[in-house]
Amino acid sequence: MNYLASIGSYAIMIKEVFRKPTKWSIMRALILKEIDELIFGSLGILIFISFFIGGVVAIQTALNMTNELIPKNLVGFATRQSIILEFAPTFCSIIMAGKVGSFITSSIGTMRVTEQIDALEVMGVNALNYLVFPKIIALMLYPFLIAISMYVGILGGWIAGVFGGFSTSADFIEGIQLDFIPFHVTYSFIKTLVFAFILATIPSYHGFFMKGGALEVGKAATTSFVWTSVVIIILNYLLTQLLLG
Amino acid sequence: MIEVNDIYKSFGDTHVLKGISTCFDKGKTNLVIGQSGSGKTVFLKCLLGLLSPDKGTISHDGKIYSQLSGDEQRNLKQEMGMVFQGSALFDSLTVEGNVMFPLEMFTKQSLSEMQDRVDFVLKRVNLVDAHKKYPSEISGGMQKRVAIARAIVMNPKYLFCDEPNSGLDPKTAILIDNLIQEITQEYDITTVVNTHDMNSVMEIGEKIIFLKNGIKEWEGTKNEIFKTDNEAVTNFVYSSELFKKVRQMYIEERN
Ligand SMILES: Nc1ncnc2c1ncn2[C@@H]1O[C@H](COP(=O)(O)OP(=O)(O)OP(=O)(O)O)[C@@H](O)[C@H]1O
Ligand SMILES: [Mg+2]
Repeated sequence: MNYLASIGSYAIMIKEVFRKPTKWSIMRALILKEIDELIFGSLGILIFISFFIGGVVAIQTALNMTNELIPKNLVGFATRQSIILEFAPTFCSIIMAGKVGSFITSSIGTMRVTEQIDALEVMGVNALNYLVFPKIIALMLYPFLIAISMYVGILGGWIAGVFGGFSTSADFIEGIQLDFIPFHVTYSFIKTLVFAFILATIPSYHGFFMKGGALEVGKAATTSFVWTSVVIIILNYLLTQLLLG
Repeated sequence: MIEVNDIYKSFGDTHVLKGISTCFDKGKTNLVIGQSGSGKTVFLKCLLGLLSPDKGTISHDGKIYSQLSGDEQRNLKQEMGMVFQGSALFDSLTVEGNVMFPLEMFTKQSLSEMQDRVDFVLKRVNLVDAHKKYPSEISGGMQKRVAIARAIVMNPKYLFCDEPNSGLDPKTAILIDNLIQEITQEYDITTVVNTHDMNSVMEIGEKIIFLKNGIKEWEGTKNEIFKTDNEAVTNFVYSSELFKKVRQMYIEERN
């Protein structure tokens, strides 16, 4: 029952975000600031994680190829498939739910408990549009991050595979070109865009509607991480069924 | 003028406001006094439209708030200035940015016009050297003054202050009180101030309502409050030793 009410108020919130827009000159500055914080601010951690996970995927695949009949190019192939289909879009989004999501919840939540949101509303500002809209727009650039993550992940696989002695460079390159289906990349970016919207809005919801003081801000950030991840995992399943099934 | 007609407000089982009616005139500093937890902040937030009363109506110059459309409510809010109990300055903006915020948001003024206006109001609240600082870098009293500057920068028709001088030294507190009164008279606006500071009451209490347990226990002027026989009011007013002495002297003088 409670969940239904939350879904309802989440939907109302989304509608409100797009009503009575803030003046463009102000909004532009807000969007640029959010791009800097949410997108560029996450670049480092995503590159770091993608690189090493890509390496581990390549090593794991190689170690499990004990049968002589399996073609050598499988290492590259498996690395590419797992990075493009799942690791980059989904795994990175869970990381982002922790990094960007809890940042969004705690910054909006702090504004709520210190009455800054009330102050906005008293002035007649549509606080939801002012706070959430620029985050949604900024995160529409999230697919670029994921594209970089895919590239770095495969690069990590190549380095670990070749320099670890698990595969030759030629085999690996052949593997990543084998049976390439461009739609898999499209599928990944569709997922990423949906996750970007979730990453911007669910943490905002938890921050905006929180009650209480500083302690509750911390709790709200945790709850927000849990729900953002759960929703991403469920949508991942549904979208995969829908687009590839 | 703001008319309040029999408003009720509860949070779950906590009944905070239990039927309050009163009227706040234009050009006067109206005070709401009462103990901590008596519902002053909740009452003020109802006047602002941040909380909607469960029952009863509030009208601002004849416009009944709950009957206005969303856009009309926002337009009305642009005529209100509010100083929150905790200042509620935007952390991400400088002092100057905070005060300029409503101007940037709602006017078409050029940067230099806005800058002049910001300088003017910051001077008005006696803050001249903190323009570029962030809220976390200035004292609580300075934050209060920035909040007042932000509340008056748009020349509001209604000014609401929630304990504007709590946390200030007595001298600055009186300065703030006088400032609020001057602005009220100069621009002929409707001002409502929450306070539990008896100095403010003496200084600017042109109309005072006393809240206790969610009802309006007493209402009158600063001259009347010292002569009233209402026990709840006298207990509140004369809770400090200083005022007990003042009262004793007053009674002795009368006899
Ligand atoms: N959002 C809320 N949810 C639940 N209870 C609330 C809420 N806001 C206020 N209350 C309750 O209403 C009562 C009055 O609170 P209010 O903040 O109006 O007091 P106050 O007179 O402003 O006190 P102070 O002088 O300390 O600021 C308190 O008992 C408080 O617990
Ligand atoms: Mg209060």
